[in-house]
Amino acid sequence: MSKYLKATATAVSLSLIAAPGFAEKLGLGRAALPEEIAAWDLDVSPDGTGLPVGSGDVLTGEELFSDSCAACHGEFAEGVGNWPKLAGGDDTLADKDPVKTVGSYWPYLSTTWDYVNRSMPFGAAQTLETDEVYAIVAYILYSNDLVDEDFVLSNENFSDIVLPNADGFIVDNRLEAESHFWNAEPCMENCKDSVEITMRAMVLDVTPEEEASAAEPEATEEVVEVAVVVEETAVAALDAELVAAGEKVFKKCKACHQIGEGAKNKTGPLLTGIVGKAAGSIEGFKYSKALMAMTEDGLVWDEDNLSAFLAKPKAFMKGTKMGFAGLKKDEDLSAIIAYLASNGE
Amino acid sequence: MSESFTSKPTSRRAFLRGTAAMAAGAVAAGSAKAATPDPLITEVQDWASGLGDGVDATPYGLPIEFESDVIRRNVEWLTADTISSINFTPIHALDGTITPQGCAFERHHSGAIELAKADYRLMINGMVETPLVFTYEDLERFPRENHVYFCECAANTGMEWAGAQLNGAQFTHGMIHNMEYTGIPLRTLLEEAGYDTAGTWVYVEGADASSNGRSIPMEKALDDVLVAFKANGEALRKEHGYPVRLVVPGWEGNMWVKWLRRIEVTDGPVESREETSKYTDVLEDGIARKWTWAMDAKSVVTSPSPQAPITHGHGPLVITGLAWSGRGAITRVDVSKDGGKTWETARLAKPGEKMALTRFYLDTEWSGEEMLLQSRAMDDTGYVQPTKAQLREVRGENSIYHNNCIQTWWVRETGEAENVEVS
Repeated sequence: MSKYLKATATAVSLSLIAAPGFAEKLGLGRAALPEEIAAWDLDVSPDGTGLPVGSGDVLTGEELFSDSCAACHGEFAEGVGNWPKLAGGDDTLADKDPVKTVGSYWPYLSTTWDYVNRSMPFGAAQTLETDEVYAIVAYILYSNDLVDEDFVLSNENFSDIVLPNADGFIVDNRLEAESHFWNAEPCMENCKDSVEITMRAMVLDVTPEEEASAAEPEATEEVVEVAVVVEETAVAALDAELVAAGEKVFKKCKACHQIGEGAKNKTGPLLTGIVGKAAGSIEGFKYSKALMAMTEDGLVWDEDNLSAFLAKPKAFMKGTKMGFAGLKKDEDLSAIIAYLASNGE
Repeated sequence: MSESFTSKPTSRRAFLRGTAAMAAGAVAAGSAKAATPDPLITEVQDWASGLGDGVDATPYGLPIEFESDVIRRNVEWLTADTISSINFTPIHALDGTITPQGCAFERHHSGAIELAKADYRLMINGMVETPLVFTYEDLERFPRENHVYFCECAANTGMEWAGAQLNGAQFTHGMIHNMEYTGIPLRTLLEEAGYDTAGTWVYVEGADASSNGRSIPMEKALDDVLVAFKANGEALRKEHGYPVRLVVPGWEGNMWVKWLRRIEVTDGPVESREETSKYTDVLEDGIARKWTWAMDAKSVVTSPSPQAPITHGHGPLVITGLAWSGRGAITRVDVSKDGGKTWETARLAKPGEKMALTRFYLDTEWSGEEMLLQSRAMDDTGYVQPTKAQLREVRGENSIYHNNCIQTWWVRETGEAENVEVS
């Protein structure tokens, strides 16, 4: 990013002879303002170019990570389910199933910083402060045993960090290493003595099954009818527009929660019928200690409690696993609750 | 073959087995001579007497209900959720080469966003004379071009490295689509901003939360990269980057940044998350290849295949499939029915075009014999699609990406087909 200001100055003098860059212009578009470039040009390169001034320590990072990242990446960055593991996997790259983490695989720390800064947390990208990003990255280094717990990462010491697999990459060498694939005259006859089937996909059987088939409609139709009747009564009191607005707001939740028919527990519990339900009562979901404690005290997800929780999750429930910053607008809150209420059981 | 066609199929595969059973019946009944007159011909049918839908019944038309199984499909166990995930084009059920947008595979990293043309901005900055901002309307005023290109995810066939895994061409080879794009050469925009010739790379990123940034060498950026806003004649679909995406012909789909919002001229690669921790190919010794951008020549028989079994009797059979190369044009496709012992050259529907899908046909006879069907593509650089064994010999089994091996379908006497590996 900003190092190019210098480069641009040089470019102007070069431009007189550098014809290709300055072919016929149509004069379309407008000059980008410095504030606009600053808002979008956030990428950070391996040499630290683009890194803003700031710092953060491991312990602060641990707390932030627990709040904002652990729901998917695990408390120790070990990963939850299919979500990416960020720590561990040392010396596994030549194994049958390599574990590719920041510590075991990623070549540059700038990549981690840049990605956390611009694209994380999942569903709430670009909500972290600069120092928070430093702290989280410091914690990721710590969880990979690359720094001690009193470590402070800053723009000043950033380039000192060399990740273990920095030298683990080569530039595409297919043209040389696979030059024998360019043989132009492939065999046409008697290419093998015998052919045996050595593996079958049916044996593994991991192909997705087709769900409802067109050939069996009767039974399911009845069920659907009953469901519709129930839903209509429940929804009667709800404002359809508000429900629709709530469905849009729910996009923020979708990364972790499912709702409606066939909903399952994902990173967060399924939310069908949540309004009016006792907290912590979805079967098969592993709730935080904080939530279970409030459940024992009789917490019910009525509209008031949901509203307070969704406005400021961490204020309402210190220690919640839900890595969501909260809904700032009142209209979003009433819309989401209307939408949740419209999805009864 | 216990299920009959009238029993309730419990799964796609059961359905396929049912279809195959019907085919076996057809062998006996079906011949040049019909025993009884066909009521579909001898009786006046409703559609030949009454009226159909008026115009405007469907202002934007969708496929007829009978084609409702020609849809994208997801493999749920592959990713943690559907927001950051991929699904597959039903290539087993398509013909020709152009992929309809509505069933062309999707790959999102932070979900498919809704970005209106009025809210769209494209910035060019970095090593340029004048950093510029374009609106969508601005883009429409630049001279534009039309090109047909395939877009293949680098992970296409990635689940098959360690062995035959997924039973269907859609799942093994469906991370691909092929569309006619309308757009502006990236070169035009770089020239408009006055790019510094000392800039050796461009970094491109999207407007979605993932941003999915990638570094592209300037040589490619100036060669054939398009900033596209139409596909198959109409606006891009939301899931393919509406209103504007990047088209990087022949190179891995991850570089085809959707919802393109920024192009930065730089003097080095950014080494973003997508080009370091992902989309790099681990070799057997643990060393990984990076910058493996080009998609090597590849082909697959789309029919018959596990989801498209032979349902007719013995006699004429059309074997068909797709071939493509990210390094140039397909020049030839060979087909083997015996697992690679002998090969015959298939007919190309049209001469191969650079970095676009090519349709091939082998018009043949089938008398119920088992087949181990394979196809082998060649491109105009002289590259011959390798076997899986040949690929493993160089790369091991951990690469995930860039698996362009020869695929084998085991076609049984019943017409059913299964994904297998052969010696």
